[in-house]
Amino acid sequence: MAAPIRAFVLRVLSDSTRNIHHVLRCRSKYLCRRAAITARRGYSDSTEGRSTHFGFQTVPEEEKAEKVYKVFESVAKKYDVMNDAMSLGIHRLWKDTLLHIMNPQPGLRLLDTAGGTGDISFRFLEYTRSMYDRQQRLRAKSQQTPSWKDIAGHYVSDEEGPPQSRAVVCDINKEMLKVGKQRAEDAGITTGLSWVAGDAEELPFDDDQFDMYTIAFGIRNVTHIEQALQEAFRVLKPGGRFMCLEFSKVTNPLLARLYDAYSFQMIPVLGEVIAGDWKSYQYLVESIRKFPDQEIFKEMIEDAGFFRVQYFNLTGGIVAIHSGFKL
Amino acid sequence: MMRGLPGAFLGSFKTSYGYLSQRLYGVLTEEKYDGRLYPSHIPTSTVQKAILAVGSGVAALKNPYRHDMVAVLGETTGHQTLIKLRDRMRNDPEGSTILLERPRIRLSTLDLSNMSALPDGTLGREYLRFLEENRVTPDTRAEVKFVDNEELAYVMQRYREVHDLLHTLLGMPTNMLGEVAVKWFEAAQTGLPMCILGAALGPLRLSVSRLQLLGQSLGLWALRNGGRARCVLSIYYERRWEQTLDELRHELNIEEPPVSLIASIKNSSSKSYYF
Repeated sequence: MAAPIRAFVLRVLSDSTRNIHHVLRCRSKYLCRRAAITARRGYSDSTEGRSTHFGFQTVPEEEKAEKVYKVFESVAKKYDVMNDAMSLGIHRLWKDTLLHIMNPQPGLRLLDTAGGTGDISFRFLEYTRSMYDRQQRLRAKSQQTPSWKDIAGHYVSDEEGPPQSRAVVCDINKEMLKVGKQRAEDAGITTGLSWVAGDAEELPFDDDQFDMYTIAFGIRNVTHIEQALQEAFRVLKPGGRFMCLEFSKVTNPLLARLYDAYSFQMIPVLGEVIAGDWKSYQYLVESIRKFPDQEIFKEMIEDAGFFRVQYFNLTGGIVAIHSGFKL
Repeated sequence: MMRGLPGAFLGSFKTSYGYLSQRLYGVLTEEKYDGRLYPSHIPTSTVQKAILAVGSGVAALKNPYRHDMVAVLGETTGHQTLIKLRDRMRNDPEGSTILLERPRIRLSTLDLSNMSALPDGTLGREYLRFLEENRVTPDTRAEVKFVDNEELAYVMQRYREVHDLLHTLLGMPTNMLGEVAVKWFEAAQTGLPMCILGAALGPLRLSVSRLQLLGQSLGLWALRNGGRARCVLSIYYERRWEQTLDELRHELNIEEPPVSLIASIKNSSSKSYYF
């Protein structure tokens, strides 16, 4: 009982510039949730016997990052093929929904953490480019009969080109970045994309750099999720948006049973047949079960300092998109 | 009391008898490998095995270089046959010694300097020559994963490791024709579904001239000898490196190959297939 109250008081004191009204109103809700969060986060906060989960196994914390690295090193080449096979192509719809919810305007900077093979960044660039084209068309339509002077003026000003949207793909695993770079080359995307090797818990960027931060199917592999959230808060500009696409808890019991059966029976088998690697895909389905559910993760995001945190369940809760703003 | 007796059994017997009595007392060796029966074991349900069998079969047909898929196909479809093979080994005195001692053919266990000093025509020397010429090593065999019985897993592993020695015994190179001939021999000998499948589908990839060779002399020789030879898994090869190939063939009841493939195929390109 002391721990929840202590944590609560610290939070109130540290966020004195925040809306006290909001905090007081939700006091009782926080007290109940706080106990749950501290209990669940105990394994990563405690100073003695630092061990954490790697799927259903228990491993020392230092080892987890290395083991996760090895998993993604071995699956990198077949990552995209396996995504399509395991989700029957639905992961593309999930990622498209993320972009639609994000609705980025042209000219923004995106940090795609755990971006790996670059799916989100490619979609971001495509989305902003088509949005820019659409805006241009609307602008042209609204000017019914421009004079020659206006047309000449357009030619001059269009030299600078569209406002460049830039995406930075950051991933801890160099093999995944390699695969992503190859994909970018094959797709012919040359500008607006950079590839950085970095740890989500310790991003190699300055404060207040990015307009958008996304992490798609990556945050459950991070050893200290709170640290990753704090780093996200740090590198976002004020007004920037945090978005997380991740597997979550299925609410419907029937769907949950089907999903569990499919996950544990089919996915490692697919991993063995297509990628020749049973154990990595066993880790994948186990790590999904170990990740906190929608509400608890929302609390964790709020703890990091984000406002207006909300989540959207996709496909019955199999996947959830969490979104928050830095104000 | 119950735990003491199986413990004693465990210490003195490593054969299937020991395993059998453990089962009778309801104690399995689960504590050693946290729920698995041997280090590389992955427990699977029947549904998973069925999907694995179908999936690996398709994958192996599409890409014969995926030897891990052929291995998985063998493991998931071969349970009954492995039981028969193990019983054959048990009935043979040398075979039961192998089941007891569980030798593994690996580079670390082979005495390479000794073996290369042996005279030509001996098993050891010819085996080394085969490894060198085809640039293969016995260490690249996939580990058995999906067999849910520790002893049968060893029989499967032994079968894979003996495959190279079989090439040497039969005098077959590792190109497609040689592999198909060895497959026919193995199918006739062991009856593993994977071997039968490989034997049936392998010839589809052969050229017409080689198909003729297979049909007229090589194939029939392989099938005939597969049927009449002694069980090749029951031979303790590790103790027979000094024995000459002719003597070993005579003992095993295998005839000389009707066509010497090695000299004629040496010049053409040969790819190494593992099955």
